[in-house]
Amino acid sequence: MVTPVLDRPPAGAAPSPLRPKPKRDSPRDWRWSHRLAFAAAWGCGLALCAVAAAIVGYMGYRGLQYLDLGLLTSRPEASLKQDEAGGILDPVLGTLLLTVLGIGIATPLGVVSAVWLVEYGKPRALARAVESGIEVVAGTPDIVIAIFGLAIFQQSIFAPLSFTASGGGVFGRSFLAAGTMMSLIALPLIFGATREGLLAVGALTREASWALGKTRICTVREVLLPQVRPNIATGAALGMGRIVGDTAIVVVLLGATLQIEPQDGIPGIGLLRGTGSTLTSYVYGASPAGEGNAPQKAYAAAFVLLLIVLLLNAAVDAIARRSSRKAS
Amino acid sequence: MEDTRDLGPADPFLDRSVPSLAPPVRRLRPDRRPVPVPVKPEDDPLIPVRDAAAGPERMRVENLTIRYGGEAAVKDVSLSIHQGQVLALIGPSGCGKTTLLRTLNRLTETTTSATREGDVLLDGEEIEQISVTALRRRIAMVFQQPNPFPMSIFDNVAYAIRVQNAKRPGRREIEHQVVDALRRAGLHDELAGDLDRPALRLSGGQQQRLCIARAIATKPEVLLMDEPCSALDPKSSAIIEDLIAELRRELAVVIVTHNLAQAHRVADKVAFMYLGDLVEYGDVDQVFGAPRAQRTRDYVEGAFG
Ligand SMILES: Nc1ncnc2c1ncn2[C@@H]1O[C@H](COP(=O)(O)OP(=O)(O)OP(=O)(O)O)[C@@H](O)[C@H]1O
Ligand SMILES: [Mg+2]
Repeated sequence: MVTPVLDRPPAGAAPSPLRPKPKRDSPRDWRWSHRLAFAAAWGCGLALCAVAAAIVGYMGYRGLQYLDLGLLTSRPEASLKQDEAGGILDPVLGTLLLTVLGIGIATPLGVVSAVWLVEYGKPRALARAVESGIEVVAGTPDIVIAIFGLAIFQQSIFAPLSFTASGGGVFGRSFLAAGTMMSLIALPLIFGATREGLLAVGALTREASWALGKTRICTVREVLLPQVRPNIATGAALGMGRIVGDTAIVVVLLGATLQIEPQDGIPGIGLLRGTGSTLTSYVYGASPAGEGNAPQKAYAAAFVLLLIVLLLNAAVDAIARRSSRKAS
Repeated sequence: MEDTRDLGPADPFLDRSVPSLAPPVRRLRPDRRPVPVPVKPEDDPLIPVRDAAAGPERMRVENLTIRYGGEAAVKDVSLSIHQGQVLALIGPSGCGKTTLLRTLNRLTETTTSATREGDVLLDGEEIEQISVTALRRRIAMVFQQPNPFPMSIFDNVAYAIRVQNAKRPGRREIEHQVVDALRRAGLHDELAGDLDRPALRLSGGQQQRLCIARAIATKPEVLLMDEPCSALDPKSSAIIEDLIAELRRELAVVIVTHNLAQAHRVADKVAFMYLGDLVEYGDVDQVFGAPRAQRTRDYVEGAFG
């Protein structure tokens, strides 16, 4: 049966394209309130990008003027004249060391406590106590954590962690002391990210593993942890950002000495027992807004700090992505 | 134009006298087959004697009652499970089929409110006396939703094979076991040798067969299946039904299904449950053809048309 073609184009008209353009969902057809929300979402996103770009751009503009290899590779010196005040090698190393220490302590603690809370969580009272304890830590200002840490690490049982003055007084300031307290700053972020990740894994996955005769702990190790690795990485990246950017703990617990000053003894351990500084304390010390009079060096150090944060985030991101690529 | 071909009687199924002579019948609704008239196996050479395959009793459930908190979800159920046989659990939603099934491999224990009375024996041994990890390697389970782990196909099966706390065998050592399990689950040929693909990129039916491969990889004695085809299309279901027919040679199968036609196709024994009670338990032809209880008759006929 042939149906007559009713709307055949008149002869001589431009040949219509083979297929009409697919109809798209266009904001023009939306209700005005939805259109407003759509515009606001775009606006907020763009504004945030602009703020971030402005910060990076300004820091780069000011920092690059003074940044060179010499500054990065020479040690800071105490001097009244700016030209003789040396570079920022020690603060850069201090930042890296302290971050590694802090994250190295916080990640296992945060992951293990999140696993315990989600997978076991008994007795309930203890689970609630753990949860609110971590919330309290998350809400404590870093200066309070720093002073609390100093009070702890000056106890004589912690003497091996820092150096002891000739009179017997424990100094209480060292990379170990600062790293331990720094881990408290990162811990709630890693804990929270891991917990959310575990809660998002469905009950089906766990039962599938149990039904194969696997214990809970084996299920955690072989099925759940690989699945939440991206969450752990996100938490660790956020925690690193917090540690790199913190100043109070550095000033109070690391000594904020201009150079890294290892204690005598075994080389590696002596370094951990020694004092030092980080880029944040260096910026504070060098900037006229803080205690110093070397704004160019402060800008350069701040720019390097920014670069380190960006690099760390990219590294953590890459690790998380590599481990999750195999799965899906 | 109008189709004027003769379609024959409006509903050939209603006309019981015709089928042997009538031309091939158009099966409009496969589920609505007539209730089969029971035929004694010895009377009809075309019906295979199913009980011939029945092996020794593997599991025995005695006076089993399961409660969640106060109310019983399974009430005083007794039945036995034989090697070489397929037992189908049927019954309306919420009647306790899943609960009964999950009790057999002690998965109900993971629900804190659940309590159990009565005995469940595996080869004469109370299942609570067997360590839970060993028990679940002997009584495997396939779930309603395909639930492979987000790993490669190989790792999914290898995970089931590896014994925890033992030395981790290398890939070479377990490769043939993995391949064997995939082959028995009828999945190996479709994969064309690529076992390192992520399991989650398989189709739903393939994922379910991977789950079956994972379950039978440890050579269990009993295979529990909770509505294994309910998330699958008819073609995948048919493949899995063939697989069940194949697997039942070597192990005992317990399958929960809402699809009575499927139960009729795959099962040797059928247990009909209603509100936690085991109403009827017997050979498939007896339960579908000549149910003893009125409830069973209503359910079977209601669902068959
Ligand atoms: N974890 C649980 N906690 C409390 N009650 C439960 C739990 N699981 C099941 N029940 C109850 O036990 C009864 C039987 O449930 P079950 O899942 O065994 O039914 P079913 O026969 O498998 O149903 P369906 O065919 O819908 O899957 C239901 O009344 C249900 O509410
Ligand atoms: Mg069920």
